[in-house]
Amino acid sequence: MTVASDVAGGSRHDRVPAAYAVLDRLDGRVLEVNEAFVTLLGRPRETLLAGSWSDLLTVAGRIYSETHLMPMLDLNGRVEEVALDVVADGGRIPVLLNAVLDRTGERASIRVVLFGASARRRYETELLRATREAQEARQQADELARTLQQTLIPPVPPAIPRLEVSAVYRPAGDGDEVGGDFYDVFNVGPSTWVVVLGDVAGKGVRAAAVTAFIRHAVRDLAMQVADPADLLHALDRALHARPTERFCSAVLLRLTEDDAGWSIAGAAGGHPLPILGRRDGTLVDLGRPGSLVGLLDDPLFTTFTHRLAPDEFVTLLTDGVTEARRGRELFGEDAVRDVVRSRASDPDGVSAAVVAAVVDYQAGLPHDDIAVLTLHPSAPDGAVR
Amino acid sequence: MSVVARHQVSVTGPDGAAPMLFAHGFGCDQAVWSRVAPAFTDEFRVVLFDHVGAGGSDLTAYDPRAYATLDRYAADVLEICEELDLRDVVFVGHSVSAMIGVLAQVADPGRFARLVLLGPSARYVDDDDYVGGFAASDIDELLDLMDSNTFGWQQPLAGLVMPGPELVEDRGVLDASFCRLRPDIAHDFATATFLGDNRDDLARVSAPTLVLQNRHDTIAPLSAGAFVRDRIPGARLEIIETSGHCAHLSAPAETIAAIRGFVSP
Repeated sequence: MTVASDVAGGSRHDRVPAAYAVLDRLDGRVLEVNEAFVTLLGRPRETLLAGSWSDLLTVAGRIYSETHLMPMLDLNGRVEEVALDVVADGGRIPVLLNAVLDRTGERASIRVVLFGASARRRYETELLRATREAQEARQQADELARTLQQTLIPPVPPAIPRLEVSAVYRPAGDGDEVGGDFYDVFNVGPSTWVVVLGDVAGKGVRAAAVTAFIRHAVRDLAMQVADPADLLHALDRALHARPTERFCSAVLLRLTEDDAGWSIAGAAGGHPLPILGRRDGTLVDLGRPGSLVGLLDDPLFTTFTHRLAPDEFVTLLTDGVTEARRGRELFGEDAVRDVVRSRASDPDGVSAAVVAAVVDYQAGLPHDDIAVLTLHPSAPDGAVR
Repeated sequence: MSVVARHQVSVTGPDGAAPMLFAHGFGCDQAVWSRVAPAFTDEFRVVLFDHVGAGGSDLTAYDPRAYATLDRYAADVLEICEELDLRDVVFVGHSVSAMIGVLAQVADPGRFARLVLLGPSARYVDDDDYVGGFAASDIDELLDLMDSNTFGWQQPLAGLVMPGPELVEDRGVLDASFCRLRPDIAHDFATATFLGDNRDDLARVSAPTLVLQNRHDTIAPLSAGAFVRDRIPGARLEIIETSGHCAHLSAPAETIAAIRGFVSP
């Protein structure tokens, strides 16, 4: 007994449980089809044998076949698990295709096996759609975070008559993550300015939302509360009143100008103290440490005051500076002071120098945000600086 | 990264010989020239390369915005010519690279001695009286189909379309990067290829041009080749008696003969 007879256009592969066809490599004519192929395509065997491979494909399938399948078959000898739609009598049928190139005959031929793959392809299409949606959602989230960060990057400080303010902000890493550092400089009276610099716990969009809240709250409260310690208390209560668990550290200065120059009232909450420097390189801390803002039930903040001499400057910085790490080693307060001291003769360059030193210390990729702000009285008109 | 590394440029043939630059089309890489290019390495300095995104090219050089149109691909061709100091180049471009060659020649006319356009089509999508052979919906479907075939190659696998491991073993002497294209890049390249329109660029070609068209090509029909010949001043059209879109694979001897007849009259 043999089933390998070629009777009435039949195929010796009629009993093979997969749709099988042989094509001419050069012109794509269909040379042989088995019973399962006839059944899958739902077209008479004679029709199939009178046609060519491209008759069985959608237009897109033809392009794919010509640009991908055939070159790979020619150069590689075979292809496997290629997804295509074939055009059957009843419409399109998704299939997976395996094919080999056979050069043994007079003319090269292609042996093709098709597997109906409707259910699988539906599932895959769903997965693909879900993957695309996930990618799009991620892109949108990234975009949102970036946009948000752009709006939260502390602004260039305003120009203040007779007071020089220079501030530098450097986001963590390569700068694509929304951080929690902030600063703000604004006017609350004819000759009164408020400077605030702080750091919200955590990173990302949630921290950024709290940062935005704090900046607005400070601006609002500063119009009502003059004393810096009282203002930090008010901010502490405002943060407690929010449903989130976020807290921050902050240092706040209120600068007032009178005939004798600038005087400062300030307070710090859970934050490195302001550094008061003189051009001769002397550095001292201003004020006393205070509690983190928005964390404790009974926080402590203390207002200090200081009259700024013409040769003095004040530098505020976030803990991204002092706590910058290299392995297990900290940059530390002494290193910060060394940098500040080295630039004391030219306070305008202090902020940039500190940030550059910290970034450099961490090989260009700081782990945390860094914000540094320096202010000093302008040189009197006509004076040589 | 140098231009040579960026495109995995390979140069074969005698120093000082006239350069012949082969540019592969959409769907594969420089491996498709393996049956044609070697025929010219005695007389020509044969240069092969992969477009950015294809084969062994540097994927980090890919910028979706820059490569959204064929102009960037043409600029790459010119950068390769510049880096290797190729002059009087015979440019052989298949399919979309035929149009990339047209753009390159128009941008830097002095660089090229001759153009061989293999299976060109200046526009694939039908437009009023112009028959490109495809509807815009066909191209959308093609993009979906390509996505189906890159299934499983999305992130985090960094997505390289390549044949399964069995094929890698069967590949023999072929380069391991054979015909692989990152899915997102394949998608962009298909878009740039099939939704482009270079009909107006043809008249500005100033190099002697040979159009080679396959007798039965479902992607670039004879009418597409005739259109290209009619628009490029002085261009000749020769028909290769073969089916399909890749004469360099299905009819290499005829392809070689046609190119040789054109470059060494």
